[in-house]
Amino acid sequence: MAQPFRLSRGGRIDRSRPIVFEFNGRPIHGYQGDTVASALIANGIHLVGRSFKYHRPRGILSHGPDEPSALLSVDRGPGRVDPNNRASVVEARAGLRTKSQNHWPSLEYDIGAVNDLLSPVFVAGFYYKTFMWPRKFWDRVYEPFIRAAAGLGKAPTQADPDRYANRHAHCDVLIVGAGPTGLAAALAAARTGKRVIIADEGPEPGGALLHDPKAEIDGRLASEWLAETLADLDARENVILLPRTTVFGYYNHNHVAMAERVTDHLPSAAGQAPRERLWQVRAGEVVLAGGAHERPLVFADNDRPGILLAESVRVFLNRYGVAPGNRLVVATSGASAYQVALDAKSAGLDVTLVDLRLETDCGPEVTRLRQAGVEVLTGHTVVGSKGRTRVSGLIVAPVESNGRCGARRVIACDCVGMSGGWTPAVHLFSQSRGKLRYDDGLDAFVPGTSAQAERSAGAAKGTYDLAACLNEGFAAGAAASGSSETHSFGASATLTGFQPVRVMPTDADPKKVRAFVDYQNDVTAKDIKLAVREGFQSIEHVKRYTTTGMATDQGKTSNMNALGIVAGQLDKALPAVGTTTFRPPYTPVTFGALVGPARHALFDPIRTTPIHGWAESHGATFENVALWRRAWYFPKAGEDLHAAVARECKAVREGVGIFDASTLGKIEVVGPDAAEFMNRMYVNPWAKLANGRCRYGLMLKEDGYILDDGVVARVSDECFHVTTTTGGAARVLGHMEDYLQTEWPDLQVFLTSTTEQWAVIALQGPKARNVIEPLVDGIDLSPDAFPHMAMRTGTICGVPTRLFRVSFTGELGFEINVPTDHALAVWEAIYAAGQPHGITPYGTETMHVLRAEKGYIIVGQETDGTVTPDDVGLAGMIAKTKVDFVGKRSLARPDVVATTGRKQLIGLMTEDPKLVLDEGAQIVADPNQPIPMRMLGHVTSSYWSPNCDRSIALALVADGRALMGKTLHITTPDGFTRATVSEPVFFDTKGERVNA
Amino acid sequence: MLLIACPYCGNRPETEFRCGGQAHIARPEQPGALDDQNWSEYLFVRKNPRGVHAERWNHAHGCGRWFNALRDTVTDRFIETYPMGERPRSEQGGATAPAATSDIQSEARA
Amino acid sequence: MLEVRYRTARTLPLGRVEARPAGVAIRPAEAEARFVLRIRSTEGEIAGLPLNRPINTVSGDDRRWIARLGPDEWLIGVPEGEADLLQTSAASDLAGRAHSLVDVSNRNVGIDVEGARADELLNAGCPLDLGEAAFPAGSATRTLLGKAEIVLIRRAGAQPRYRVECWRSFATYVHDFLKEAGLGIGEG
Repeated sequence: MAQPFRLSRGGRIDRSRPIVFEFNGRPIHGYQGDTVASALIANGIHLVGRSFKYHRPRGILSHGPDEPSALLSVDRGPGRVDPNNRASVVEARAGLRTKSQNHWPSLEYDIGAVNDLLSPVFVAGFYYKTFMWPRKFWDRVYEPFIRAAAGLGKAPTQADPDRYANRHAHCDVLIVGAGPTGLAAALAAARTGKRVIIADEGPEPGGALLHDPKAEIDGRLASEWLAETLADLDARENVILLPRTTVFGYYNHNHVAMAERVTDHLPSAAGQAPRERLWQVRAGEVVLAGGAHERPLVFADNDRPGILLAESVRVFLNRYGVAPGNRLVVATSGASAYQVALDAKSAGLDVTLVDLRLETDCGPEVTRLRQAGVEVLTGHTVVGSKGRTRVSGLIVAPVESNGRCGARRVIACDCVGMSGGWTPAVHLFSQSRGKLRYDDGLDAFVPGTSAQAERSAGAAKGTYDLAACLNEGFAAGAAASGSSETHSFGASATLTGFQPVRVMPTDADPKKVRAFVDYQNDVTAKDIKLAVREGFQSIEHVKRYTTTGMATDQGKTSNMNALGIVAGQLDKALPAVGTTTFRPPYTPVTFGALVGPARHALFDPIRTTPIHGWAESHGATFENVALWRRAWYFPKAGEDLHAAVARECKAVREGVGIFDASTLGKIEVVGPDAAEFMNRMYVNPWAKLANGRCRYGLMLKEDGYILDDGVVARVSDECFHVTTTTGGAARVLGHMEDYLQTEWPDLQVFLTSTTEQWAVIALQGPKARNVIEPLVDGIDLSPDAFPHMAMRTGTICGVPTRLFRVSFTGELGFEINVPTDHALAVWEAIYAAGQPHGITPYGTETMHVLRAEKGYIIVGQETDGTVTPDDVGLAGMIAKTKVDFVGKRSLARPDVVATTGRKQLIGLMTEDPKLVLDEGAQIVADPNQPIPMRMLGHVTSSYWSPNCDRSIALALVADGRALMGKTLHITTPDGFTRATVSEPVFFDTKGERVNA
Repeated sequence: MLLIACPYCGNRPETEFRCGGQAHIARPEQPGALDDQNWSEYLFVRKNPRGVHAERWNHAHGCGRWFNALRDTVTDRFIETYPMGERPRSEQGGATAPAATSDIQSEARA
Repeated sequence: MLEVRYRTARTLPLGRVEARPAGVAIRPAEAEARFVLRIRSTEGEIAGLPLNRPINTVSGDDRRWIARLGPDEWLIGVPEGEADLLQTSAASDLAGRAHSLVDVSNRNVGIDVEGARADELLNAGCPLDLGEAAFPAGSATRTLLGKAEIVLIRRAGAQPRYRVECWRSFATYVHDFLKEAGLGIGEG
């Protein structure tokens, strides 16, 4: 198929494998090995998008990761649409559908381009200046307008169907970049046998060698050296070479994050293989060999499609066999672009070179180029470009000795390659917290003092000559792997050196010149100068005010030009202005790569009990409690939450209910000093607790506030079976271990979590004993032999059990602890045995209602980390005779012993018995007081109580216990309602039922 | 992600650990003997240095042990880690005698 | 009748079905007995299993093993039928020494992960260096797999063989994570 700008030969594309993809609905023909950018250029397409702010026509600026303009939406099939992909790095393949962005109705005719005409309005700080007033315009006018205009591409709307993988890896030497520097480093490191990972963002290792076919290394073509080197590395088991892998984050202690693109380039969906893989590498040493970025020249209308970075012209010519145009003008202030002109000339292009440098400042490259038949204009500036959706001419003028511009000349062209010199890619070095150093000779910030075990080499360090890069890379690889081996490479010379230029000299009115510095955020030199004139001096402020360098490319092409302009305006040296901070990621990373497999069922562990399946098959609705999924209620046909809970609550108090309490935390506290340890950890006394007896334990933090609670059984003299709240299990074990290890290492006590060893089946209600009696062996269940708050060991259904006679409902109750793997069988047996008694499974909601009817607190609901035992009426639990326990001293703190103002637990009876208060509702004494009102406290628990046939609520209220019988006012969605203060117990106030 | 040298397990990633704040603050032997001022300092007052800081760390998802570490809060560099109850090796002059329990900022035992 | 039935009915959360992504076998282990031993001194043995091996190593064989997870903590695995025997032996072996031996047979779930790329698979969620030098056969440690805590044991064998132990309620997550990780490393 016709690819009018495809050269007849050359490049690393595979001409035997043609491909077709789509751009804006039209088929684009290319070859295997093309990027989307190179294939578009092969087809003569340069206009690929509209700019962010002014909707100016934009083309392809670069061949690599620094591309700011050519951002496309890429559609790889249903659900696989990604916005803002750089055309220069997306590998072309059959089936891709790419689209330009940020225009309406079409790329060629874009209404938004009116912004370009209004550009005098959209100056730096436009938003800050414009949207200040009137205030009420913000919600209705400004924000919707800004929202509609913001962003470039459209976010995908479908769930991402792809798989993303994660991989932790360790190596001795991690090398970033597989160009000549990185490969030389890898050679050196690999020979030591150390574990080496070398990652490169491109599909093919080689870096700059891939577009330098005439270069020679050690007496042979660079391409041969490259093939040999790759074969050498590939043969070594200690080397992992990762193409298509972007090192995007450099974190603490040589922890480096990389995104590997695994399947995007494959022509068909790769089965179950992941789309991308996030590598988290812990490296002993890191070698940064990520190369450098070329600087654009800043002149009027330097953003027309067809204007590229000079080296990118060379890449398209040599690597992809594509001519970015027929008539090329190379505009430069340095030597490297002469190689571009030479290569273009030999590829058959009509070439002119314009160099800002005076002839006397140039090297032998001028003569060489002239000898090749290329017109070279030294001492010339560029003052503008012609064309609209494609450059048609470059306007140049000589710079006179007085600094003025001479007569203008328009050089007709369809392509411009510009070069303002080079900027080492110090992003990762900077992320590693290394300190940058400004190098005057290089006009660049280069790696200075390292903060981690890391070293930079090659162009990333400002070394641009090929042989020097190879030598530096090899030395870095050797040093990083502890080797003293050296190697001196021979290589063809590289044209280096440039004259820094911030804005090209011009004879135009600077107020009317739009010379772009940041292409992606549409920031011009004029904007930056205005910001400085308006008083912004810190580069960090200029950056935020103008948004230069803040787009997704993080200013790879623009930072040095912007810094230089600010320095010039302030008349300061560039290092005095400093540089902005580079932050991860180096280039944009997909959310998928960061999320990895942590989606759906793997988003978070979903902890379930052995009864979970039974509950599911019996229709339970579930709720999340910490990571646990617990049965919330068991609705029968036609029942809602309210009806199901009402039925379950009645059933427990009138018959028997069965409840899965397996999630309760459990800790086996064992050792000769176990009782002493318990004495120190809990407010209660433990020394005299008899074996086989239980106690409600209350645990404080050192600040005197309640941390957790739970029933504790003494199994033997030296063993306690401790239970904790479901959510507090890990916290309590950690709290205990902390004291044991750090404060009382002399205590002989050992802690083991048994939360999941024991499943707990709670059987509650007057008929509970009748149900289990036939199933239990070895335990006398009679009330006298087995009273409330006792624990016995025996068997149930032949399964060993620790049987607790305890109650969180106020009814006769048992908590049957059995080994987890047997719990389902025991549960089913109990359920079967309970059928004649009307046994009813109940969930956490009913559990909550029943305990609230009895005024039992739930830690985390009645307490919030500022509640003492006395506040919730549990001061009676505190051992009177203990000298010390964790939190005791704080109970004597002045704010805790204050005689007034503490919030205390009370009950609330609404005057309207049908009204259920909102949990969290605020409570005041007088709803007519002026705002802000004095709030006395809040509702902590509130339910409809089927057993009381009215609503009940618990609340923490300042000095609440002194308010018994008084009326308080509680906020509702509609205003206030009235309730009477009562004791915080609503059912069986004498507590007789548990002893049944 | 930090790399932390557990004194028992060697270098492990930060995700296996929990940080427990400033180290060498021993719980007073007799809290009841402290006045409110001293008790509140023990409970609440902590250093927040720019530079080397002695911290408690717990290898929660490893050996489960608490230990101490000297970390530079500016660079995140760990100078050393050492078991509970010991003093840092890099501390010149060696271990000092345990301070009186009334000195609530004493770094006696923990 | 009931006794016979429930004595034998240990319901394992994962079943026994083997998955084999990327050539790595992921196989839930059968019912085993496990104990947590805590003791301050490392002298002697318990039921023939040594206590004085370095922290983060495992001794014994696939059937009967003891992993030292910390200075005073061991995880012991024995066949289910030997559980009572182990407790009896411990009582005599450790008589007179303060210790704690807690049955966690039902708390722990084992998953065996074996195959040439097993380390790569585990590294999808385990942040440790599982290389030959850092984690050779005979290593054992508590660590993380994704968002779950696990004990990772590397057993002897010509190709990498690992035992992953986790708590029962995390078993579904850990098992699913391993299978997903197998797909994540691809067939390459």
